[in-house]
Amino acid sequence: MGTNVSLEDKFQAFVDAENKVEPKDWMPEKYRKTLIRQISQHAHSEIIGMQPEANWITRAPSLRAKLILLAKVQDEAGHGLYLYSAAETLGEPREKMIADLQSGKAKYSSIFNYPTPSWADMGTIGWLVDGAAIQNQVMLTRTSYGPYARAMVKICKEESFHQRQGYEVVMKLAQGTPEQKAMAQESLNRWWWPSLMMFGPSDDNSPNSEQSMKWKIKRKSNDTLRQEFVDKTVPQAEYLGLSIPDPDLKWNEERGHYDFGEINWAEFYDVIKGNGPCNKERIAHHVKAHEEGAWVREAANAYAKKQAARKEGDASAA
Amino acid sequence: MSESNWKLWEVFLRSKNGLSHKHVGSLHAADADMAIKNARDVYTRRSEGISIWVVPSEEITASSPDEKDPLFTPSDDKVYRHPTFYDIPDDVEHM
Amino acid sequence: MAGGWLNGVKRDFTKEEALKEYFYFLADDSLVLGQQLSKWCSNGPVLEQDIAIINTALDHIGRARLLYQELARLEGGDATEDTLAYFRDHLQYRNALLVEQPNGHWGDSVVRSFFIDTFNFYLYDALRSCNNEALRGIAEKAIKEIAYQAQWSAEWVVRLGDGTEESHAKVQKSIDDLWMWSGELFEEHPIFEVLKDDLPAFSSFKDHWVKKVAEVLKMATLVMPSPELWMQTGGRYGIHSAQLGYILGEMQSLARTYPDATW
Repeated sequence: MGTNVSLEDKFQAFVDAENKVEPKDWMPEKYRKTLIRQISQHAHSEIIGMQPEANWITRAPSLRAKLILLAKVQDEAGHGLYLYSAAETLGEPREKMIADLQSGKAKYSSIFNYPTPSWADMGTIGWLVDGAAIQNQVMLTRTSYGPYARAMVKICKEESFHQRQGYEVVMKLAQGTPEQKAMAQESLNRWWWPSLMMFGPSDDNSPNSEQSMKWKIKRKSNDTLRQEFVDKTVPQAEYLGLSIPDPDLKWNEERGHYDFGEINWAEFYDVIKGNGPCNKERIAHHVKAHEEGAWVREAANAYAKKQAARKEGDASAA
Repeated sequence: MSESNWKLWEVFLRSKNGLSHKHVGSLHAADADMAIKNARDVYTRRSEGISIWVVPSEEITASSPDEKDPLFTPSDDKVYRHPTFYDIPDDVEHM
Repeated sequence: MAGGWLNGVKRDFTKEEALKEYFYFLADDSLVLGQQLSKWCSNGPVLEQDIAIINTALDHIGRARLLYQELARLEGGDATEDTLAYFRDHLQYRNALLVEQPNGHWGDSVVRSFFIDTFNFYLYDALRSCNNEALRGIAEKAIKEIAYQAQWSAEWVVRLGDGTEESHAKVQKSIDDLWMWSGELFEEHPIFEVLKDDLPAFSSFKDHWVKKVAEVLKMATLVMPSPELWMQTGGRYGIHSAQLGYILGEMQSLARTYPDATW
């Protein structure tokens, strides 16, 4: 026990000095577990997050919009892959992460448990949901675990395109026909509050946050990030002529920040518990694709094995 | 590993001549051809003139960080950490 | 030729009409296939292959845009790439029937792509030196993508054919089921005669195609049906399977609900 304590102290000092932790370095088991949980959750969010947007690819109203949306959803698949790859450096195989996602043991961002009935949602998701994600991800480029930080750098480079894409879709609606403008406002009404929930429980109710901050996995608290997001987004909504659905929202000169209303935490916890409109649908979709693909993955493995055997045969014959 | 899981490959890219290959991440593929193609799709979005290496992760032998490293490292020759074979419950501290 | 399924379709084309028709063949093939492939997004057998197949969908839709842009110029008036994609009905679509066949399982989609990619490879390679400047430019860009796609789909046919017993049986059935749609790619059409000094007739690629497909299927340990079997026809004249109505219905729904909107 004594040695362990000193290793942990050494680890803390190492992290405090802004060093990056690399896969084979000693790390507290809990640090490793926290990272696996967080990185895989992040990866799952990218992957499950493909579904609500993929839903509109076939119906995108212009070829340009279709191409951009398709490229965006493909980026998300790529980001999921970078993140699974980072988590695998911690000794967690992807197949296990997928199994945990499908069994419900692992979580993903609750925002994707809401449906996307409207084309305007393709804009709002890019603008608000990706906007909120970026807030978090920019912070994570400086996270203490090397492979995670490097994945985040790659992701952030691509993610700013997503937010601009989303904002452009909303802008075209907001400046379009009255029906289009109504479409944009209706979508904002639905997504505003779930977007604020993306930052997680408030700091008083976020038990894991403190340790994560200490280990520099997280570098800003949930409430700080949420406030930054609100401050950044309100002027963007004003520019579009859309109103944010919060009667308590107002600029606080003294704090230099916007004040905003209370989040409906009951809804937040309910959706996490599995009671969102799409929780079941999202997982069922993932399971279906995975199961229907099993024979394809098996075939590719069988073929690779045969090829390897043939190569060996050629080599020994020569 | 069940029959339907593909093995893990490490991906190295040379983004232009004059630079060396650099590790960029990993991916799953059934064979080397597929791994190269996937690497192009995923890590380069098919930019041309990029040289790609893929190596099965299990084929890489890694050194152990030397002793003046600030942290003690378990001595093994895997690139990454061992998978943990024993799940320690989250509420057990300092294991 | 007067009686039968294609009774009443247009067969006389001026040079100008024939050129547009040629563009519609290419553009509609690309768009309908791209639309179909895009449905694999989040449904692939593994994440890496989701990304790969989305790449091919992006290529097809990107190519369709270039072709429609040129068509909009040829059509003149208010035509744009989007009016051509979203406000033409199935009667005006000129894609081959093959590309509107359902995605089915991975093997079905791979075989469909393999047939059309192999055709596209020889077609676009020839277009690089045709007498139409716009098509030369588009082909020059497209040929690299198409070579990549053709390689990808051929590799998958081999993997599935020479994989497990199950995959072998499944992909053999895909080949057998889709075979009757393949012949339309090479069929004669009045426009080719009109354009014969400027653009290659699709029938000129048939021998290459048959040879390449035979070679790949042999590697895949699969049986190739006879190219002399009865082949379906109609797409190049606007006579489609019932599938296309659903594909266009879905694709065009939002644009047509708000025809005055810009997106």
